[in-house]
Amino acid sequence: MVSLVQTRLMPAIVIAALIVVLPAFFPSAYYYRIGVLVFIFALAVVGLNLLMGFAGQVSLGHAGFLGIGAYSVAIGPVHFGVPSWLCLFGGAALSGVVAFIVGRPILKLKGHYLAVATLGLGLLLAIVLTNEARWTGGPDGMSVPRLVLFGWSARGATTWYWIAGATFIVAFVLALNLMDSPTGRALRAIHDSEIAARVLGIDVARKKVAIFVISAMYASVAGSFLALFNGYVTPDAAGFLRSIELVAMVVLGGMGSIVGSLVGAVVLVVLPQALTVFHDYEQVLLGLIVMVFMIFLRRGIVPSLAAAFAGRRK
Amino acid sequence: MMILEVERLSVSFGGVRAVDDVNISVEAGQVFSIIGPNGSGKTTLFNLLSGVYTPDHGVIRFAGETVTDLEPDRLARRGLSRTFQNLQIFSRMSVLENVMVGHHRHEDTGILADLVHWPSVRRQNAATRELALAALARVGLADEARLASTSLSYGALKRLEIARALASDPKLLLLDEPAAGCNPIETQEIDRVIRSLIKDGITVMLVEHDMRLVMNISDRVHVLARGRTLAEGTPEEVRSNAAVVEAYLGDHGSKEATRAFG
Ligand SMILES: Nc1ncnc2c1ncn2[C@@H]1O[C@H](COP(=O)(O)OP(=O)(O)O)[C@@H](O)[C@H]1O
Ligand SMILES: [Mg+2]
Repeated sequence: MVSLVQTRLMPAIVIAALIVVLPAFFPSAYYYRIGVLVFIFALAVVGLNLLMGFAGQVSLGHAGFLGIGAYSVAIGPVHFGVPSWLCLFGGAALSGVVAFIVGRPILKLKGHYLAVATLGLGLLLAIVLTNEARWTGGPDGMSVPRLVLFGWSARGATTWYWIAGATFIVAFVLALNLMDSPTGRALRAIHDSEIAARVLGIDVARKKVAIFVISAMYASVAGSFLALFNGYVTPDAAGFLRSIELVAMVVLGGMGSIVGSLVGAVVLVVLPQALTVFHDYEQVLLGLIVMVFMIFLRRGIVPSLAAAFAGRRK
Repeated sequence: MMILEVERLSVSFGGVRAVDDVNISVEAGQVFSIIGPNGSGKTTLFNLLSGVYTPDHGVIRFAGETVTDLEPDRLARRGLSRTFQNLQIFSRMSVLENVMVGHHRHEDTGILADLVHWPSVRRQNAATRELALAALARVGLADEARLASTSLSYGALKRLEIARALASDPKLLLLDEPAAGCNPIETQEIDRVIRSLIKDGITVMLVEHDMRLVMNISDRVHVLARGRTLAEGTPEEVRSNAAVVEAYLGDHGSKEATRAFG
């Protein structure tokens, strides 16, 4: 039993160790900044992967929840004087409520229809954030006060590296836990055969809504972190491109692979930075590399490599 | 006691009466088989009984209660389980995990406990795993528990679905062509499994083309043709029923007829 727990949490332990050790090799503070962005995106991607990779339900509007989280820590402190940390939880709760209300009708849809409906949800949330300029600053966005905890103000990439890293590990462990539980098995069953899941007594609609809510809350926390870290937020945080970016990270890293979510975030955060040396060709190269990845590692980086290694060992 | 009673059940799809005015009573603890040529409505009947389809007319009573319009998951939680003619395996899951899902209706941990892996979740996982392994052992798949479900042969997948249904601890189990595509040894195995289920007090409804299996194991046989009841009785009665013999010889079922009656 103890050894089972160990193997289940092994990836989390290895990644936690990496997070602690890596800064020793960072040549400059800039690398902390990249690390923070990786953790924040990975957080949202793990959540989206629970929905897409495990339960098999696509969302093309997940940045909408990122936006709710981001604007919560902006609007709450600025307009109402509520402490940021409370707004972070409030934003997550609000995202959960929105996902719960919208989830039931939307998740009845399948495949492309679900994709377009979630896309609509994302667009809707982004438009609200853009149009309610009185509260959100409109298209120009608004600045976000620093996170203050017990009189201590969280600022700088180094500090955020540890906050985001620790939060990511917690979120990562929760996801691993969930997958190895009755709920997780039910979700994976729904992905493969809804009809078989139903005749085994699984309330499919309820489970889908539950994972939609959880995954929205993951995105919301990531959005709050992003806004607090940047000290600024614009409606782009909730935009369509952001949603697509999250989906790309899920698929590139590997649908249904929690470790893959981190890998997907690493690749799509680090690669554009690394490619800036190619100036005008940056976007072209990025697109090309992503295409090549998907052609040769079609199940996503982590599952494909895992399968290749397992095959070689036999 | 009747565990299942079906009265005047009908459903049509765009003018085709797939199940047409069918009456059935299944005695608890028996093997009740449905036979009939391809397209005669056997699978559709199972889909109606398990709540996958909603009937146009008729009443279904399960364990004394009317369940006609219940959703499949509600029915499952009352103790009705089934397998599928065209397999519905959870192909991304291992053999063992497939069967563990079968136990879902008895698992009682909440989603918050699942997220933090509360001790109750660990206990539940261990208990479910034990139960699933026992179910796999019953169908002769204990050694395959750790394999990917996709690595099993067709005949083994059929038995995997039976194990998964068993893990839900059903009162009534519907088996849709469990021996289709199975070799004689695997068919023998399925025969043995069904007999062991009856010993445990599970009622079995069986749709099957292998007439030797059907005639050997059934207490009652119900014959469908084009959605309607053609005959019902003991295997002996059905075997000697002129209308049944003719339906089988007349339709594309002559091979089955030879196997069954020849
Ligand atoms: N969902 C459906 N939509 C349309 N027609 C259906 C559907 N399900 C079954 N049918 C039709 O009902 C008839 C009975 O099919 P089925 O129950 O699968 O027969 P059996 O299992 O006895 O071979 C067939 O004509 C089939 O095409
Ligand atoms: Mg059939």
